[in-house]
Amino acid sequence: MNFEFSDDQLVMKEEVRKLFEKEDSVKRNRNILEGEENFDKDLWNKVVEMGLTAITIPEEHGGIGLGFLELCVVAEEMGRAIAPIPYSSSVYLATTAIINSSNDDVKKQYLPKLAAGEMIGTFAHSEELGTPTSDNAKTTFQNGKLSGDKIAVPDGDIANLFVVSAKCGDKVGLFLVDADSKGVEVSKAECFDGSRSYANINFKDVDAKIIEDSSSEAIDKLLNQAAVLFAFEQVGGAEASMNMAKEYAMGRYAFGRQIGSFQAIKHKLADMYISLTLARSNCYFGAWALGNDAPELPVAAATARVSATKAFYECSKENIQTHGGMGATWEFDCHLFYRRARLLSANIGGQSLWKDKLVSSIERSNLPQ
Amino acid sequence: MDFNDTAEEAKFRKEASDWLSANAEKKEHSRDVYRPAEMTGEGGESSALQDAKDWMTKKYEAGWACLHWPKEYGGRDATAIERVIWAQEESKYKVPGGFHEIGQGMAGPTMMLYATEEQKKQYLPPMAKGQEIWCQLFSEPGAGSDLAGIKTKAELNGDTWTINGQKVWTSGAHYSDYAILVTRSDFNAPKHKGLTYFFLDMKSPGIEVRPIRQITGGANFNEVYFTDVKIPDSQRLGEVGDGWKVALTTLMNERLAVGDASGVDFQEIFELTKESDFNGENAISNGGVREKLADWYCEYAGLKYTKMRNISALSRGDTPGPDASITKIVSANKLQDIANFGMDLMDNASIIKSDDKDDIRALFQGSLLGAPLIRIAGGTDEILRNIIAEQVLGMPQDVRVDKTVPFNEIPSGSKN
Repeated sequence: MNFEFSDDQLVMKEEVRKLFEKEDSVKRNRNILEGEENFDKDLWNKVVEMGLTAITIPEEHGGIGLGFLELCVVAEEMGRAIAPIPYSSSVYLATTAIINSSNDDVKKQYLPKLAAGEMIGTFAHSEELGTPTSDNAKTTFQNGKLSGDKIAVPDGDIANLFVVSAKCGDKVGLFLVDADSKGVEVSKAECFDGSRSYANINFKDVDAKIIEDSSSEAIDKLLNQAAVLFAFEQVGGAEASMNMAKEYAMGRYAFGRQIGSFQAIKHKLADMYISLTLARSNCYFGAWALGNDAPELPVAAATARVSATKAFYECSKENIQTHGGMGATWEFDCHLFYRRARLLSANIGGQSLWKDKLVSSIERSNLPQ
Repeated sequence: MDFNDTAEEAKFRKEASDWLSANAEKKEHSRDVYRPAEMTGEGGESSALQDAKDWMTKKYEAGWACLHWPKEYGGRDATAIERVIWAQEESKYKVPGGFHEIGQGMAGPTMMLYATEEQKKQYLPPMAKGQEIWCQLFSEPGAGSDLAGIKTKAELNGDTWTINGQKVWTSGAHYSDYAILVTRSDFNAPKHKGLTYFFLDMKSPGIEVRPIRQITGGANFNEVYFTDVKIPDSQRLGEVGDGWKVALTTLMNERLAVGDASGVDFQEIFELTKESDFNGENAISNGGVREKLADWYCEYAGLKYTKMRNISALSRGDTPGPDASITKIVSANKLQDIANFGMDLMDNASIIKSDDKDDIRALFQGSLLGAPLIRIAGGTDEILRNIIAEQVLGMPQDVRVDKTVPFNEIPSGSKN
């Protein structure tokens, strides 16, 4: 049994971690949160230079031709670094949607640009309060034209390329829209996690290309794939939060001793570690299922998603609690992780939705044996 | 990343599987477990005990007992990963067990480090062969989680020690042939410095074993009383006053020996929610029920894949993470919550006690009553959290008011 990332993958992970440490990504997160820019272009360029936008793209389309396992280790570091860049939108969502597509023209035209970071993509899916599923889109696609309103589009004001879910006959498919097409209206929205940018988008008779129009399963698959990748981000963020709590508890003295020597704090940290370990192990299985395009992907993705969401929430909130009053100040970094945990919990559907999806997938697969 | 055996692992697995299929009966499903022919006596283990001894002897004679022990002491010199593979294969068969863990898992490794060569040759092969059962005389009424607070007294006269005192929670003392024992040989030294460790024959004069009835109704635990029990100094393990160090060796092995909590798990509650009526629908249709199922599945899967990560570490020849503590905390609490919720789903029907092992009620009722014991045995939830915080995360120990003062000046036990 070799249920572990390869040495090469771990070296890559280390390189990405070093980049974010060197660039002080957490400080950059705060700069975006407090400033006017909608993402850190300098950090984005460094990520592109390192080839991180090209990982899963085949060499014939200008990519590096590695697999999803490599993307998983990068995702964990993105989460640890709470990087203020549109990486997940462009790479996990838009790029993956196009790689999944059977439309070779679309691949040829867009994958090289996404690989080179010349284009930033995103997935425009949600339309109202509630849960994004494969069949609730009201946006329509007919005769090459797409119309409808999408809300809370991640990096919607940054992206030049939208993967859009839309009704096409009785199916909900995936379509591709250039951001500068006529009829696209983007309104930037204030985001709960100000280190990331969101927008609402109106599409009015916009030219669109077909990524997948024959079944609604393409959306489910994309969301499952993204769920594994986001889960790795969540695990990275959870571990960073736990480590912050630990360091603070070791250096903070009260009642004449390190607060980290009190069982009330130690047990809190132990619980964070337990939650994180379960999430990480579930993510590993998610990575295996994603990397092998295994039939277990729906169960594996939902399991990883639900446990990683729980772990990041728990670790980020108890990190604030461990810091006491200082943890609740603007000045300390704890809230940056707390905000990111909340954003990542909601972005592809909340915890209740994924729990329900998990049980449905178990019912369908008759797991576990 | 894959779940495949290496070539050597596959070869070993086939060898194990071939022997098992020729010598044991395969389970038809996960709950198709070994059942003793008769259930007699207070603990109900008489036929189960003999069956377990005989199965161990059969394995020993074919070279499948105490796999990781050296061959000269009755083992196989197997690697850690081979031990895991054997356990995976053996778990597919209806075979008796549950009596040799303390001997082979805890006493054996301790003897291996501290006994003389002559003693190892005398005691370890019979331990591996399985006809001799060992127990662990550690906890006392005033020393549970705070094990170093024990008061059972050991006095040396010539080359013979005299033991007086009381032990408690001793699993299997009533059927054990030998025991490992921690005593206090110096009451004036600080608590961790005055301990001395022995092994002894449970038939020694002056030992009295009294069963303790547990909340499950069974009686696997005992009180063990010592009145002027004699132990030759040659049966001391480690130096006089160095017993804490020896005990830690045993306890490190205990954490590995105590694994998953047995009883109801995700599969059982999942099946129950599909069958139970809930306002005219199956319970699994209810959103609140589904959320709980999802949480338990995540814990179930998280433990399963954590174990696989550890097995991978073993397969690479690395030391696995200290995740045995996590397994017990999570699985014991999950067991308790699933049992409680399952009985809730059965409503009034769950109130009627069932002793029929094939009745789903008996399974949930038994798990509910057994879960508190599992949360305590082999390190309480609280002690395990301390271990995670201190040994995994490197956090400081609690401030201790009892570490440097003479033991006889420390308040202890229950004052109410």
